[in-house]
Amino acid sequence: MVLVLAETIEGKIRNSSFEAVYYGSKVADILKTSCHALIIGHCSDGGRLGSFGAKEIWHVDDATLSAFDSQVYTKIIAQVASDKGASVIIVSDSSNGKSVLGRLGVSLNAGAVRGVNKLPELKDGKLNFDRPVFSGKAIATCRVNSDIAVVSLMGNSLKPQSSGADITVQKLNISVPASKTKVINVKRSVGIVPLAEAQVVVSAGRGLKDPSNWGIIEDLAIELGATTACSRPVADSGWRPHHEHVGQTGIAIRPNLYIAIGISGAIQHLAGVNSSKVIVVINKDPEAPFFKAADYGVCGDLFEVVPKFTEALKKFHIAHH
Amino acid sequence: MKILVAISQTPETTARIAFKNEGTTFDTSGVNFIMNPYDEWYALVRALELKEEKGGTVTVIHCGPASNDVIIRKALAIGADDAVRIDLEPRSAHVIATQIAAYAKDKTFDLIMTGKETIDYNESLVGGMIAELLELPFISHVSKLVYNNDQPLLTRDIEGGVEEIEVTGPYVLSASKGLAEQRIPNMRGIMSAKTKPLQVIIPTPETSLADYIHFQVPETKSTVKMIDPNDMDELVRVLHEEAKVI
Ligand SMILES: Cc1cc2nc3c(=O)[nH]c(=O)nc-3n(C[C@H](O)[C@H](O)[C@H](O)COP(=O)(O)OP(=O)(O)OC[C@H]3O[C@@H](n4cnc5c(N)ncnc54)[C@H](O)[C@@H]3O)c2cc1C
Ligand SMILES: Nc1ncnc2c1ncn2[C@@H]1O[C@H](COP(=O)(O)O)[C@@H](O)[C@H]1O
Repeated sequence: MVLVLAETIEGKIRNSSFEAVYYGSKVADILKTSCHALIIGHCSDGGRLGSFGAKEIWHVDDATLSAFDSQVYTKIIAQVASDKGASVIIVSDSSNGKSVLGRLGVSLNAGAVRGVNKLPELKDGKLNFDRPVFSGKAIATCRVNSDIAVVSLMGNSLKPQSSGADITVQKLNISVPASKTKVINVKRSVGIVPLAEAQVVVSAGRGLKDPSNWGIIEDLAIELGATTACSRPVADSGWRPHHEHVGQTGIAIRPNLYIAIGISGAIQHLAGVNSSKVIVVINKDPEAPFFKAADYGVCGDLFEVVPKFTEALKKFHIAHH
Repeated sequence: MKILVAISQTPETTARIAFKNEGTTFDTSGVNFIMNPYDEWYALVRALELKEEKGGTVTVIHCGPASNDVIIRKALAIGADDAVRIDLEPRSAHVIATQIAAYAKDKTFDLIMTGKETIDYNESLVGGMIAELLELPFISHVSKLVYNNDQPLLTRDIEGGVEEIEVTGPYVLSASKGLAEQRIPNMRGIMSAKTKPLQVIIPTPETSLADYIHFQVPETKSTVKMIDPNDMDELVRVLHEEAKVI
C-alpha cells in the first residue's frame, strides 16, 4: 500500500499535496496496490484528495497538531504506516516533508530518497527512483534495498489530474505524543504562491541596480501571476528577503517558466533553476553566460524591455479573455 | 553549552560534474573539495558564537576517509575545540547518521548541528535521522538562533515565510543561510589546529538501505532563440504558441 502525507495550509490541502497524492496513485499502479492519504491536524477539505487518486483518506486531528513538530508527526505517520502496512510513504519535498523524511527512514527502517521527480521503475522487485543531485547538475538513480521506501516528491514533477469524486474522510484515533517544541509565531507573506510551488517565476539580479527599481519586476510578476525570486547578491544586500534567493545555496526550483532579468547566470545560480521547463533571459550583455542555458533570450536594457514585455502581456491577456 | 557540529566534504561549487565507470561513479579528477558551505558558514560559526557567549565546547564530527582530514583541520582552525573522524566512505545518509548518533549517545550534547543539506547529493536527511535515532526534537532549515537566558528561540524557514520555535531540552537543528556569517581562519587558528585533538573511530560496517546505482548529466538546452528587444509581442507569442507556458 502507498501512503501519502497530505499537508495543509490554513486548514486547506496544499496544492503540492494534490500532486503528491496523484503521484502516489501512479506509484500504487506500478506496485498493483492502492494509494491512501493521511492528513494530520485541522483540515476542512480533505475529501478532495479522493478525486486525485486516494482510495481512502485518514485524518488524525488534535488541537496540538496545528503546530508542526517533526518528532510528533513522524510518530503518527510511522504508526499509521505500520498499522496499515504501507510499503511506500510519500511526502512533499517541503520544509515539513524534509523534516520528517530522514526520521521516517530511521523509524521504519526504510530507504529514504529525497526529491524524486519522476515515477519510479520497478526492477527485480526493487524501486528505482530518479532525483536531481549536485543541485540539478546531474540526475541520479537511487535503488531502495529495504522493504519500505520513503520518498519526498519535488513540486511540479507531474501535472495532477482529478477524476472521479471526493470521498469521505475517516478519522483515526491515535494517541498524540507530547511535543518538546512550541511554535510561537508564524510569519508568512499572504496571497503569494510559495516559490517551491510556483508555476511561473520572475527573478531579478544585480542588473536591477537598486531596490527602488523592483517595481517593474513586481508589475511583470503580477501580470503573469508569478512569484518573484532573486539572485544571491540581491538577497545578501537586503534588497529582497532571503527566502527569495534561488540557486545552489538558496532554494532549487523547477517552474514551468523562469524569467531571469539582469542575472548573469553564474554556475551556482543556474544550479538552482536549470530544471525549469522554459527559461527566458533578459540581459544587456550578449556574452552573459545565462543565454547558454536559456530557451529564449532578449538582449537589451531591462529598464526598457521589462515594461514593454508587461505591456505586451496586458494586451495579450485582454485579447484572450 | 556542549555542541556537536557534523561536517561533510563536497566538491567546490564550480567543480565540473562528470561521471565515470559507465555512470556509476563521480569523477573526482581535477575536482577541488571544500567543507560543505552550510556546515562551515552557518552551523559551525553559529556554534562558535554560542560558545563565545555562553562558554562550553564545540566538537566537530566527520564521517570520511583520512584524506578528508583537510576539512577537519579547517574546522579546528576556524575555532572548534576538538574533532572526531569516523573512518568510512560516506555513501549513505543512514549509515552516517547511525555512526554520529552512536558517538553522541552518551555524551550529553546540548545541541547537535548539521547543514540543511550537502551541496553534492542534496539529501537533507542526516540531521533528522540523527534526531530520530537519539529521540530528540529536530528543527530543520534554521536561519536564526538566539538564547533568552537558557531558552533557545529558533527561526525556521518555511515556504514563503518563517516560523519561530521554542525547544525544551537537547535538540538537533539543520542550518540554513542567515544563521551566521562566514569566518576566515586566521594564522593563529591555523597553527593551533595542528595540535588540537582528532579522534579516529573505526566503525563496524553496515548495509545501506538505499544506493545510488547510476548518474547522468542532463542534456544541455539546444541553442537559445533570440527575440528582438523592440518586439515583446513576439516574446509573448512564442511563450504562448511554442512553449505553451502562458
Ligand atoms: C559558494 C557559492 C555559492 C553561491 N550560491 C549562489 C546561489 O545560490 N544563487 C546565486 O544566485 N548566486 C550564488 N552565488 C553567487 C554567484 O557566483 C554570482 O555571483 C551571482 O549569482 C551573481 O548575481 P547576479 O547575476 O545578480 O549579479 P551579476 O553577476 O553582477 O550580474 C548582473 C547581470 O545584470 C546584467 N545587467 C546589468 N544592467 C543591466 C540592464 N540595464 N539591463 C539588462 N541587464 C543588465 C549584467 O549584464 C549582468 O549579466 C554563489 C557563489 C559562491 C561562491
Ligand atoms: N560524511 C558526513 N560526515 C559528517 N556529517 C555529515 C556527512 N554527510 C552529511 N553530514 C551532515 O549532514 C548534513 C546534511 O547532509 P545530507 O543529509 O547528506 O544532505 C550536512 O550538512 C552535514 O552537516
